[in-house]
Amino acid sequence: MNKRVNLERRRQAIYGWLLLSPAAVMLSIFAFYPSAATFWSSLFSRGTRRRPSEFIALENYSDLFADPTFWVVLKNNLLYAAVTIPVSIVIALAMALWANSKIPARGFVRTAYFTPTVLPMIAAANLWLFFYTPGLGVLDQIGGLFGLPSINWLGQPQTALWAVIIVTIWKEAGFFMIFYLAALQTIPEDLKEASDIEGASRWTYTRRIVLPLLMPTTLFIMVNATINSVKLIDHLFILTKGGPSDASKLILYYIWEMAFAFFDAPHAAAMTILVLGVLCIVAAVQLFFIDRRTHYQ
Amino acid sequence: MSRLGTLLEQAGAILLAVIWISPLLFAFWAAFHTSSDAVSFNLLSPWTLDNFRTAWEGAPWLRYFLNTFLLVTIVLIGQFFFTTLAGFAFAKMDFPAKDFVFILVLMQLFILPEVLIVENYAMVSRLGLFDSLFGVGMPYMASAFGIFLMRQSFKSVPIELHEAARIEGCSLLGILWRVYVPLAKPTYLAYALVSVSTHWNNFLWPLIVTNSPDTRPLTVGLSIFGAPENGVDISVISAATMMSVAPLLVAFLLFQRQFVQAFLRAGIK
Repeated sequence: MNKRVNLERRRQAIYGWLLLSPAAVMLSIFAFYPSAATFWSSLFSRGTRRRPSEFIALENYSDLFADPTFWVVLKNNLLYAAVTIPVSIVIALAMALWANSKIPARGFVRTAYFTPTVLPMIAAANLWLFFYTPGLGVLDQIGGLFGLPSINWLGQPQTALWAVIIVTIWKEAGFFMIFYLAALQTIPEDLKEASDIEGASRWTYTRRIVLPLLMPTTLFIMVNATINSVKLIDHLFILTKGGPSDASKLILYYIWEMAFAFFDAPHAAAMTILVLGVLCIVAAVQLFFIDRRTHYQ
Repeated sequence: MSRLGTLLEQAGAILLAVIWISPLLFAFWAAFHTSSDAVSFNLLSPWTLDNFRTAWEGAPWLRYFLNTFLLVTIVLIGQFFFTTLAGFAFAKMDFPAKDFVFILVLMQLFILPEVLIVENYAMVSRLGLFDSLFGVGMPYMASAFGIFLMRQSFKSVPIELHEAARIEGCSLLGILWRVYVPLAKPTYLAYALVSVSTHWNNFLWPLIVTNSPDTRPLTVGLSIFGAPENGVDISVISAATMMSVAPLLVAFLLFQRQFVQAFLRAGIK
């Protein structure tokens, strides 16, 4: 009997690994190996024809820390994250509550909220270009009605990053709304009835019952929004190219620029490792919280 | 008081909806008017298709459409293959180091392919896949998100069905194919929607890996077409933009209910 159990266990192990191996190979080739290789190459200098690349330990990192552009880009990205994450979550929540309540033209409202999600970021940037262009753009024309001067939203350092931030919020809020909508539909009707009987106002019901029940969803969305604050940079290519004078440059764009425009792979690698480090910390913190608050099977 | 509040709230909801949809509406308006009419917002100005004609002749759009279509198909087939097998292993098999490997897979949720562009570019070149659709699609195939989703879905299948199929003499892969995959259809549908819309819209990685019109997807083509160096005017850019978002947008508007339902049913939370 014991032998049978043993055999079954071994069979399962073999099948398990066999089933897993295709994905494991792919993940190794395109996630784990590149991560290790990035770290390794971040420790070497950039090779030129005269001077082959050599081991320089952490010099690439200290170069980065001495590079004023790096700090500007880092600051930009922190602001980008600090604004887009909370604002898009709050808007998504409002959208979901509205789209879930009885309002006129609900179909239109839902569609309008969600539509930006299905557009490519590049197309979104093109649409917004029409808003931001000085003189001709929609924003300037509206401003013109009130006698405001023409503003070059994308061309001046004070506003460029904000213009980019608005496009990002516009793009991702509708996507997050879907998750809130899904969660709202799992809240049992009884709770609403009970709070009605108790005479609680809609606001109290929302604040004391709905919001706490949405907590796991909020955490999940926060993970996504955090990832997006690193990942969503496509519109920079259309709107500002990181300019003017780096005012709207974000880290991933800077990595791309360093690697594929300046051909400086080692410094790009060092920056990649820093980003991965931060993402890992975020992941660890959030997995810890998610583990405690939600129950996956 | 509360009636006024409700009214205000409804107005807010609709106002937000109007703001949210307006960039698309303005682009739609601009695409059908000459650029001078487009920016003067004269509602009576004549409609025209010239912008579409100019845009269509400006780039090999048909090729771009085909590339994007092939790309999302390749990625989707690859993802279904890899995530089904791995998700099944995590859900129903018992093997040593399973939990540890699962955490490794979850880590990939945070090691974004986008961040690893430098080394992934080197890897794709080494494999001889530079400037090919496979090169664009491969890094996304073993998606951790997909594996996680499939695992959750397969876990909810009652073990009795598995046992019954086994007693009937079904092999392990047969059970996966005949029992688990059909039962996970809603998850596959939801995942397909997420995957297709993600990769239809993906830009940075295809920009790096593709180098010729023969492989370039729509997004990259659109960005090159709209680049300021090319000096095309805003109406033509709007026309090109409308053209390239139309298929996905129309599909979304037609299947909106299913689209959202699929999200909800898959229990992505």
